[in-house]
Amino acid sequence: MSVHRDLPARAIVGTQTVTIAIALNGERRSLKVSPATTLLDLLRHDLALTGTKKGCDHGQCGACTVIIDGQRINSCLQLAVMQDGKAITTIEGLSPDGALHPLQAAFIERDAFQCGYCTPGQICSGVALIAEGRATSREEIREHMSGNICRCGAYPNIVDAIEDVLVQRGQLMKETVE
Amino acid sequence: MNRFSYHRADTIDDAVRALAADPAAKIIAGGTNLVDLMKYDVEKPSTLIDVTRIEALKGISETEDGGLRIGALVPNTTVAYDERVASRYPLLASAILAGATPQLRNAATTGGNLNQRTRCYYFNDVATPCNKREPGSGCSAIGGLNRIHAILGASEHCIATHPSDMCVGLAALGADVHVVGPDGERVIPFADYHRLPRDAPQRDNTLRLGEIVVSIVLPPDAASHGVHHSYLKLRDRLSYAFALVSVATALTMEGGTISSARIALGGVAHKPWRRQEAETALAGRAADEHSFAVAADLLLDGAQGHEHNAFKVELARRAVIRALGQAAAGTPQSQTDKRIA
Repeated sequence: MSVHRDLPARAIVGTQTVTIAIALNGERRSLKVSPATTLLDLLRHDLALTGTKKGCDHGQCGACTVIIDGQRINSCLQLAVMQDGKAITTIEGLSPDGALHPLQAAFIERDAFQCGYCTPGQICSGVALIAEGRATSREEIREHMSGNICRCGAYPNIVDAIEDVLVQRGQLMKETVE
Repeated sequence: MNRFSYHRADTIDDAVRALAADPAAKIIAGGTNLVDLMKYDVEKPSTLIDVTRIEALKGISETEDGGLRIGALVPNTTVAYDERVASRYPLLASAILAGATPQLRNAATTGGNLNQRTRCYYFNDVATPCNKREPGSGCSAIGGLNRIHAILGASEHCIATHPSDMCVGLAALGADVHVVGPDGERVIPFADYHRLPRDAPQRDNTLRLGEIVVSIVLPPDAASHGVHHSYLKLRDRLSYAFALVSVATALTMEGGTISSARIALGGVAHKPWRRQEAETALAGRAADEHSFAVAADLLLDGAQGHEHNAFKVELARRAVIRALGQAAAGTPQSQTDKRIA
């Protein structure tokens, strides 16, 4: 979804707040942001969308993963002011009508978490992984989820949950355990 | 993060003018390294010049002579999975996929990858002296913790390494870096883009004031290594870790004989490490372990370890031999199955 095609032709310059327009979980929002605000802080602090988590705040843990124009991105390393015109999906946007996204349901079914802090980032990352369509084995799921750390160590169940959805969608044949 | 001014540039000229006018300004695109460093107060730009809206920096296209031009804004993911790159320059795709994570590769750009800063612990910690961050303050890595540091081309002022995987691939392929500055466009051969620290480690590259990277051009002759190549990366964990040592190599073969070779090392110096003598020594030689060892010794001649990284000299030697073997056999290292064949 494109929010507006006629981006300002000329430079915005200054340290003052800048008005940006984004599509956030399908809803068009016009927001005033200061240049030094990260997307993560905008979401959690200014918009009270606290589903997206702040773990390391340095792009190392993946807890802040959101989906921007279809791509999974660490929101802690993105400046909010640079998101003008973009479509952003957070964990809150995956079940807009209250029905769980299939991957959310699979996480519950597979008990793919313990403390749950990394879970929104894991799920956003997993949703993007499924859409990318590049992971065709458990080994590849693991490699493609390497940007999301789970300190409780729920990795085997996280891979199970993602594998379930890939199998449901015919993107993967179930691997048999010997 | 310091207070800074935000400048959204609409053209290359606009960005160049803004950058040339203020030596403390920084270009921002993917932000994966710069925003991180700003949070640590390692980078404190007066102005961030956002170039992400500049159409002329986007896209991958064919060059007239059969090469491939990659715009500075093209994300790492897009390059790695581009069909033209995967079929003609698989070494580059492999090097990119060996680095970082899907989230970071989605945001990180081609130009930004070249200009990322070292991951030296001391450069990233403003509480410690560092000649790269604060010229003249000293090098904390010399005599400090230096497991990830350089074994080649270092100086008494700095033993930092360039952290990129992609650049090791680009160095081996002999890419060109196209830059635009106040005096117009110029082309920098990849080997001359990054520099050794000598007595000015604060300078990572040879860009002049006001210059920005606009594209990388992959030469047509490097497209002949479709089968005989490998990117072998050795690190402390199998995913999402910087290289202790990495090797990018591409060969042309006639039967069991090497016609020409390209080898670049990552994780060992202030820039991707390439030496003509090592490559020349392989031309016309049988693709066997003896030839590979001769090349490895030439490439690593003069290597000097420090307290915690002396192991990297032998590790690099063995990695070169192994990667050349993989390339010669046409069995490049997989970036998913990390087992080393």
